[in-house]
Amino acid sequence: MSTLAVHDHEVGHHDDGHGHHHKETFISKYVFSMDHKMIGKQFLITGITMAFIAMILSILFRIQLAYPDTAFPLLETLLGRFAPEGRLDPEFYLSLVTIHGTIMVFFVLTAGLSGTFSNLLIPLQVGARDMASPFMNMLSYWFFFTACVIMLSSFFIQKGPAGPGWTIYPPLSALPTAMKGSGMGMTLWLISMVFFIASSLMGGINYVSTVLNMRTKGMDLWKMPLTIWAFFLTAILGVLSFPVLVAGVVLLIFDRSFGTSFYLSDIVVNGQIMPMEGGSPILFQHLFWFLGHPEVYIVIMPAMGISSEIMSVNSRKPIFGYHAMVYSLIGITVLSFIVWGHHMFVTGMNPFLGGVFMITTLIIAVPSAVKTFNWLATIWRGNIRFTPAMLFAIGMVSFFISGGITGIFLGNAALDINLHDTYFVVAHFHLVMGSAAIFGMLAGVYHWFPKMFGKMMDDKLGYLHFWLTFIGAYLVFFPMHFMGLDGVPRRYYAFTEFVSMQRWLSVNMFVTWAAIISALAQFAFLYNFIHSIFWGKKTIQNPWQANTLEWTAPIEHFHGNWHGEIPSVYRWPYDYSKPGAEEDYILQTTPLSQTMSSNVPHDFEDNPAGLEELSKWTSTQKANEEVK
Amino acid sequence: MGFNKLIDNKKVLSLCAVLMLTGTNLLMAQGTTAAAAEKPGVNWLSVGYYVLLFVLGCIAVAIIGKILRVYDLSQKIQGKAGINWNNLMAVICIVFLVAGGIGTYWSFTVHGSMILPEAASVHGAKIDSMFWTTTGITMVVFVVTQILLFSFLFVYRHSAKRRAYYLPHNNTIEKVWTIAPAIVLTVLVIFGFFTWQEVTNTKEVKGDVNIDITGEQFAWNLRYPGPDGLLGKKNYKLIVGSNKLGIDFTDKNSTDDLKADTMFLPVNKSIRLNIGSKDIIHSVYMPHFRVQLNAVPGLPTFFKFTPRYTTEQMRQKTDDPKFEYLVYCNKICGSSHYNMQKVVRVVSEAEYNQWLAKQQPYLTPALRTELKLAEVKKNNISTNRLALNN
Repeated sequence: MSTLAVHDHEVGHHDDGHGHHHKETFISKYVFSMDHKMIGKQFLITGITMAFIAMILSILFRIQLAYPDTAFPLLETLLGRFAPEGRLDPEFYLSLVTIHGTIMVFFVLTAGLSGTFSNLLIPLQVGARDMASPFMNMLSYWFFFTACVIMLSSFFIQKGPAGPGWTIYPPLSALPTAMKGSGMGMTLWLISMVFFIASSLMGGINYVSTVLNMRTKGMDLWKMPLTIWAFFLTAILGVLSFPVLVAGVVLLIFDRSFGTSFYLSDIVVNGQIMPMEGGSPILFQHLFWFLGHPEVYIVIMPAMGISSEIMSVNSRKPIFGYHAMVYSLIGITVLSFIVWGHHMFVTGMNPFLGGVFMITTLIIAVPSAVKTFNWLATIWRGNIRFTPAMLFAIGMVSFFISGGITGIFLGNAALDINLHDTYFVVAHFHLVMGSAAIFGMLAGVYHWFPKMFGKMMDDKLGYLHFWLTFIGAYLVFFPMHFMGLDGVPRRYYAFTEFVSMQRWLSVNMFVTWAAIISALAQFAFLYNFIHSIFWGKKTIQNPWQANTLEWTAPIEHFHGNWHGEIPSVYRWPYDYSKPGAEEDYILQTTPLSQTMSSNVPHDFEDNPAGLEELSKWTSTQKANEEVK
Repeated sequence: MGFNKLIDNKKVLSLCAVLMLTGTNLLMAQGTTAAAAEKPGVNWLSVGYYVLLFVLGCIAVAIIGKILRVYDLSQKIQGKAGINWNNLMAVICIVFLVAGGIGTYWSFTVHGSMILPEAASVHGAKIDSMFWTTTGITMVVFVVTQILLFSFLFVYRHSAKRRAYYLPHNNTIEKVWTIAPAIVLTVLVIFGFFTWQEVTNTKEVKGDVNIDITGEQFAWNLRYPGPDGLLGKKNYKLIVGSNKLGIDFTDKNSTDDLKADTMFLPVNKSIRLNIGSKDIIHSVYMPHFRVQLNAVPGLPTFFKFTPRYTTEQMRQKTDDPKFEYLVYCNKICGSSHYNMQKVVRVVSEAEYNQWLAKQQPYLTPALRTELKLAEVKKNNISTNRLALNN
């Protein structure tokens, strides 16, 4: 059925068969492109740009934290009224924190990660000519781009960008008189987010329908690479949870601009008694975290899928426990909908609910643990090639372990009482979803760069980039755990007002310098990325000797991906180093009949005829042996 | 190798020269502008130096890359194997493991000694024991998994002579490592659930010391009950300049409510902290007591705890004569969020009573007359209305 659907779509586009080159204009090829590969690249480049902006914002506030009493006249030159006398304005500091978080979580790790790799890999790895709806796919990118522009434009308004933290809890975010960052900047934030969610939904619906309907012949669900499973489940998660955030955001817009009081009650700001009555600020938190928690899995699951694939390819070994990997992804997907309350243990929510959310939260650690052990088992007795992609995938696993473990503390309601909103939380999520997800993304960039641009990236620069970033990230986030355990709250402009916190100043300086060095290391990546696009070494068809379908597609890009018929799939994607096989990899498109020497009974689980063939073949082989 | 081309190019040299020139130019320019500008401007010289430093760093990296490349090629020309980058990465992995282990140990001892002292409240002790159990279990997992990860990388590095071991799955071992974490987590969940219930599921008991704490941008307001031991009602609509908390003085329990600047607490007595907010969400955070609860406008909440060490005792324990317990805000609330603190002092019951006797009531004589006047006015209005109705 899948091939049929594809064929219809193709006919609509070009009448004289597949692989025909359109006469494309610059606009239709590079700007309003409907080709999934180009849209993937658009997402990637926009994502990298946003990531660099958000990284520079983080360096700005890290400088403030390390040197709270020093004036940097350069800051005034660059930021104007946001840094009077060369020192960051406290409200602008909060804006920096807010926009850094928003950009990183939504624009980089959601759109930049899912948008890039779902778009690039779903059609190529399931064997489709394009997405189910290329036009909607294009809209998805342009909505995302609009969201980016609106978000960044808030830096150019009088009162500056939104400032109540990336979680924008009302009433702070609902009352423009409460802080500068709740004024126009907040309005732009909300508008930008509505565009962003629209983009995510259009993307997500496309990914789900492509995976379900447009797989090539033979590609049943259990033959899909883990990347596709991860993107598929991520998309489902996004489609089901993002609308709830829209609801929350729209109600907040109503509260801010139309005088409703969904979230507001009993408020006196600056001596003025506000007329709103009967709302509940906790309602917003429920709506926000109903998306917000699945969101962190939206961020990490694609990274998990990408790392699984890359670790398997570069260990030259099948991923250990493929079924367990898929079931744990499904488990995470389902459970992630019922754990949101662990962000709200100390908000005044009914303590009984807190207890329930604690139980569900700690259950979700089980599938995560299974995944970790399976990754370890995958590299065990492998034949490991250290490509930069492999190193980043390993870094992802290391961060996931380090950051995941502290989740067991924070998921425990009793322990969360003292750790909530401290630097312990900052350390936790920057390791487990920040660093781990960005490492997954970078692994993907290094690994599929040849597929995207037809060129190879430079390995040595990749090594340098990896080690500086990896060590730097640990140096930045590891000491933060201890600050949290000392009761140092996050989102503090300076620690100078507390005698008890001043001793952390030296640690803050250390962290800032580690952050600056790892930020500089990103320029190695940027140079490598741009330079390789134009002047990189040309790639070969299958540079990593991988099994998956995308490496059977021609190097040069054209709409439709494969000349002639789309290849059929006969086996799972992880036949690496199979005993009896000639080479240490067998493409998914190689029929079992061509690899008699390496077939095992397990390959014919649902295929009695094939099993019979196999036993016949083995007995003849044995007979031949005896004759000799 | 991307940077080879860069270094091959003469452009690099010219770029270098240009940068040197601009560096000197900036230096010259600085001389003239510095005199013109009245307030301290940007020190472009140092900015220039930082940029130059960055560029030199890049060039150094490129040169090192070039040297490695030349070495690699010369080895190959001589028929020897070049640099085995794969093995080098494997070695760095093991070096990272060792260095990381040492660093982690160092951080645990140095930074670990800077964390909060022992809990100063009764329930806090339970939270602490929960914390240390969790730390014990998770640290074992952390150390073992990281060691396995990085040593596997080293041991199973690529070799052309070997093939990887084809191991797609092993149901037994997968079951083991699904069930084992499930059991450990169940234990933690049960332990945590009961601790949490104990901490939060507290009933109102007679004899609790009731204290009201109300957050606003950017201060905490305290209210202690007077001799009757009861706190009066509040209503945010009554908030005016002279009645900042909106205390309802028609409630006779409120007439003796006391104002305080420092939060004094009697040791070993159950404290019921009634938490509220005037404007936006704040969070009452008293880390030494392991107490935290958000102050939400329109949603009054409370947290009950029993301090077990006086400030004096804690000063001896921490060996810090200036030690003070603090309550501070832990939910982003605006520009002065970072400085919204109040000193908490735990004292003996006798000292507490002495201190309390010295505190002033919210209902000052001035406020009393003001309220009386308002009362009279209100009465007048109501009589008028009566007259109209007739």
